[in-house]
Amino acid sequence: MKIGRVTGAVVSTIHHPIVTGHRLLMVDLLAFDGEATGDYVLAMDTVGAGAGETVLILDEGNGARQVLDEPEAPIRAVIVGVVDEVSVGD
Amino acid sequence: MHLARVMGTVVASTITPGLEGTRLLILQPLDRRLEPRGENIVAADAVDMAGPDELVYFVASREAAVAMPETFVPIDHAVVGIVDQIHEVEP
Repeated sequence: MKIGRVTGAVVSTIHHPIVTGHRLLMVDLLAFDGEATGDYVLAMDTVGAGAGETVLILDEGNGARQVLDEPEAPIRAVIVGVVDEVSVGD
Repeated sequence: MHLARVMGTVVASTITPGLEGTRLLILQPLDRRLEPRGENIVAADAVDMAGPDELVYFVASREAAVAMPETFVPIDHAVVGIVDQIHEVEP
């Protein structure tokens, strides 16, 4: 899993049926010190994450399909948690 | 999923079984500021509506193979949505 910050929401009218009814969020990936890595991912929200929040991202297809309970969903990245705190080392 | 710009289309009249009739698009993957990132790729159009210059999002590998109406066709990238707008939020 990865840690990221929600930086935007993607609005799309024409999309694969699996996207209907879900929110697609733009997430900047973070290093464990909280700095942005420069990389990003569009992730499907499953927990009600909000703008600017630090989130936990599952970036693996089989896990994502299990979370969504859709055996053939073409989705790899899903937001599975809202992070309260990250503590590294001392 | 990542963002990409549709740069063009590919027509292949001789194609592997399962891909007949599939629209193929040339994509330029983009970074979060919508600047080009990496090399162009050819992706199948799973929404069957994406056209040149459009901002789209795509999936890769197994996710691409299950995105098509007939699943597990031999493709490695697929467009699964057309972006109308991205609502950026301030940090």
